[in-house]
Amino acid sequence: MSAKSIREYDGKAVLAYWLNRSPSISKEEYKTVSATPAVQLAQIQFPLPTLVIPAESTTYREVVEDVFAKVEQEHPWVKETKLVAKPDQLIKRRGKSGLLKLNATWDEAKEWIRERAGKNQKVQHAVGYLTTFLVEPFVPHPPNTEYYININSVREGDWILFCNEGGVDVGDVDAKARKLLVPVRLSEFPSRATIASTLLSDIPVEQHESLVDFIIRLYSVYVDCQFTYLEINPLVVIPTAKGADVFYLDLAAKLDQTAEFECGAKWAVARAPESLGIKTSGEESGAINADHGPPMVFPAPFGRELSKEEAYVQGLDAKTGASLKLTILNAEGRVWNLVAGGGASVVYADAVAVNGAADELANYGEYSGAPTDGQTYEYAKTVLDLMTRGEPRADGKVLFIGGGIANFTSPAVTFRAIARALGDYKDKLHAHKVSIWVRRAGPNYQEGLRVIREAGKKFDLPLKVYGPECHISGIVPMGLGKAPVEAEWQMA
Amino acid sequence: MAGSVDKPSYELFSKDTRAFVYGMQTKAVQGMLDFDYMCGRTVPSVAAIIYTFGSQSISKLYWGTKEILLPVYRTIEEACTKHPEVDVVVNFASSRSAYASTMELMEFPQIRCIAIIAEGVPERRAREILVTSKEKNVVIIGPATVGGIKPGCFKIGNTGGMMDNIVASKLYRPGSVAYVSKSGGMSNELNNIISHTTDGVYEGIAIGGDRYPGTTFIDHLIRFEADPACKLMVLLGEVGGVEEYRVIEAVKNGTIKKPIVAWAIGTCSSMFKTEVQFGHAGSFANSELETAVAKNQAMREAGIYVPETFEKLPALLQEVYEGLVKKGVIVPQPEVAPPNIPLDYAWAKELGLVRKPSSFICTISNDRGSELTYNNVPISKVFEEELGIGGVISLLWLRRRLPSYATKFLEMVLQLTADHGPCVSGAMNTIITTRAGKDLISSLVAGLLTIGTRFGGALDGAAQEFSKAYDAGLSPRAFVDSCRKANKLIPGIGHRIKSRNNPDLRVELVKGYVKKNFPSTKLLDYALAVENVTTSKKDNLILNVDGCIAVCFVDLLRNCGAFTLEEANEYINLGILNGMFVLGRSIGLIGHHLDQKRLRAPLYRHPWDDFLYLS
Repeated sequence: MSAKSIREYDGKAVLAYWLNRSPSISKEEYKTVSATPAVQLAQIQFPLPTLVIPAESTTYREVVEDVFAKVEQEHPWVKETKLVAKPDQLIKRRGKSGLLKLNATWDEAKEWIRERAGKNQKVQHAVGYLTTFLVEPFVPHPPNTEYYININSVREGDWILFCNEGGVDVGDVDAKARKLLVPVRLSEFPSRATIASTLLSDIPVEQHESLVDFIIRLYSVYVDCQFTYLEINPLVVIPTAKGADVFYLDLAAKLDQTAEFECGAKWAVARAPESLGIKTSGEESGAINADHGPPMVFPAPFGRELSKEEAYVQGLDAKTGASLKLTILNAEGRVWNLVAGGGASVVYADAVAVNGAADELANYGEYSGAPTDGQTYEYAKTVLDLMTRGEPRADGKVLFIGGGIANFTSPAVTFRAIARALGDYKDKLHAHKVSIWVRRAGPNYQEGLRVIREAGKKFDLPLKVYGPECHISGIVPMGLGKAPVEAEWQMA
Repeated sequence: MAGSVDKPSYELFSKDTRAFVYGMQTKAVQGMLDFDYMCGRTVPSVAAIIYTFGSQSISKLYWGTKEILLPVYRTIEEACTKHPEVDVVVNFASSRSAYASTMELMEFPQIRCIAIIAEGVPERRAREILVTSKEKNVVIIGPATVGGIKPGCFKIGNTGGMMDNIVASKLYRPGSVAYVSKSGGMSNELNNIISHTTDGVYEGIAIGGDRYPGTTFIDHLIRFEADPACKLMVLLGEVGGVEEYRVIEAVKNGTIKKPIVAWAIGTCSSMFKTEVQFGHAGSFANSELETAVAKNQAMREAGIYVPETFEKLPALLQEVYEGLVKKGVIVPQPEVAPPNIPLDYAWAKELGLVRKPSSFICTISNDRGSELTYNNVPISKVFEEELGIGGVISLLWLRRRLPSYATKFLEMVLQLTADHGPCVSGAMNTIITTRAGKDLISSLVAGLLTIGTRFGGALDGAAQEFSKAYDAGLSPRAFVDSCRKANKLIPGIGHRIKSRNNPDLRVELVKGYVKKNFPSTKLLDYALAVENVTTSKKDNLILNVDGCIAVCFVDLLRNCGAFTLEEANEYINLGILNGMFVLGRSIGLIGHHLDQKRLRAPLYRHPWDDFLYLS
């Protein structure tokens, strides 16, 4: 749990709902009326193609058309206005990668999406399937009305960056933008005059009042909904008789997932169909959510869609006060870690890399905070299952069951569970020639090490056991053949 | 007020430090007291527990071998008023309540240091805490930390692990090396490394893995710099954030002069193709500057001792330490043996060192594993295989799985015995009790208490009498004769209204099912032969429903293959048939209770004229 990126659709939905609702952080009155037009956001989601139903298959194509039909029903406006279409999967610089369709009719937008739905797309180093798109009205505007705004959190407060240039080619905003640090203590929020003089010195004075209002409204939502990052580029400000109309064309945001207990309801209500003007057919009775509206979605980075196993571990993690993490780095890799502790797991990943096996490191993961026997067993089975898939490699594989000296997690409990999992996978572990290296200490670690050594003997696995006398990651160079094998731990 | 004025600002903990523990964490408190005892403290470091829920006013703990009582307060205010000497709080509040409790604690000027253990405190709240703490001059350790330890003085919560680790890493007496680490788990690893390569830990702080810890490396290193007893410092940083650069700055500008051995973990992240969020919320590089590789390089360039790899840190630390010993900066002290801490019973048992005879035995169910089991069958399987009520009874009463014709028979018995109208004594009692305004359980029990040899108890008697006669080889006629001679009614024979020509449908149902499904019906056949004899004397001396169920039950136990003859007899003698009747009839009695309630039936008073008064 930490600050996590959200989709543009969700970010815009939260802004649209809360911009006129979040209590103002400023002690001064707003000078202009916020004239945000009705929310028009269409999220278009396709299923992930599978081996059975690939993107090219007739079945998949039919699904795509069904989704389009539903969009037309829920968002009748798509047929009445020119549109923007783009994938909404945390991809940066979409414009530069040709992933932006501007000024399109609904038929043109459909055709553009149809060509891409379910297809593999390479963006910089990452490759992923395009499955989620965002369609919204196209806002024609002269180029000199594009601006850039960014709010991001640091230890001392929140930086607001404002730049009188915007758009795809904004360049080095860090150098160009005007900056204002808002202190953590909100009672010290800067005055309207300060905001205008610090951030808007390059902007015509007649637009100041409406822009200051927009910045305060935006920042109030940022605080109220516990964003940790928010970038709008371009922000379009079109002068009007009363001041200016403000449009946020492209948006990237992160929310603090740990604040879900405070803000979950706010995130949800902004995304409820009623709030978004979605015409539902009425009879759709789905599952009942905890809040009014669907729970916020925190998608994995592009090209890093959660595998079934990662999602499973994430599910386990969400249901417990303990911590269970799993990220697959290279499913074909020969080095696997089953390590306890947030810090120790990083030390193990470092040790594998330092010993020249970074490319062979299959996973990053950790379990900590005294997980139960059942949780540890499920976690260990998931890792063992992943590492014993496919054709066995001639050079075999290595499993490090590692960890530091626990403060309160009992290695006796967790190792009993891991030993059981080893038993379940003993044949596969043999087939893949997995050598196992164990290092751990903490409360009753003697029993833990004894149990796992017994399991090694019982299942005839090549398993070596070390305790606190060995450096925390001392088994890594030994296991990778980079250091001589030392004498194993012995029961006192 | 406590003498916070005379404490140097670099000193958070001393041999006299007194603390509150916020949250009912008796295990952590006991760990702290054991540590205190081992350090030779005369007064426990924990003055009281603050627990806003519940009504407990004391908590019983050990001080060495003695038991002591610690006060438990429901408000921070009361705790602070009663214990003005306390200046440290170990806050175990959850991520939801850590913010509110910490802000409240900071309103009390006596509090100088708060350790926040919870992981997942929202980042905005963590920053508000840290801003307030700077204003109020309170040192915050955490959130998301195990805490810290000052050997010989004070231990925060679970830091340092169990007592055997405290001994192994010599944390009961001070050394000369102070460390600050991001990770709590790794802090214990540092305790181990430092105890093996130097004269030991002077103080160790884990600042926590979140993005915005209340205090960071620099805050503690500046304290250690000012503390004359600390001679050498260790810094264990991590990928993400820029806090290591503030240390570099302080070293460069001369604020920190004592030697530092340092390492930032997470060097591998530069080698991965995609971004990886490590276990700690804060361990994510937002720029090149925040990578571990860049930090290690920058620290090395600033003159901090940085090993080539983390594996080489112990050797480098030892080298720097020995240099200080040679220069006379550190003078190693003679070792003193710490007092022994008696093992807790639960822990000794976990270690396999003690045993104790148990007072109770249970052989039918187990709630301790990940899944509840009935006689070793997981509850999920009970549903998957649709064992039904009959299957559950067979598991919990008979301790085995029975074939489905048998479990269906058990269910049949429950259905047949569920009710027999409002006039029988059990239902009557329940109805009268309900009408007296009593609750469900009282009304049910009032009905159940009438069950005995006269009402409902015929089943056990019938099973025993018929089995005994059959097993003794008595012919049906001889059995009937022997009963008559003994002036005994045969249990299970006779009905008030029903007769051979007007048979009880319930009996016909049971007979039909049993004849069709049971492998053998010898006792039923025997009982029917007895019925032939008795009905020839009087038409209504039929095998009644109780008798029929009883003998069929015996047939089931004896012939289903799951029991030996002895086991079958034992279950009958234990009263299992009575149990079936009680369970079945409870359905009806609850029905009568609900019925009367629904009808709002008033208190019942029996009419006088129905009693013959003789006094």
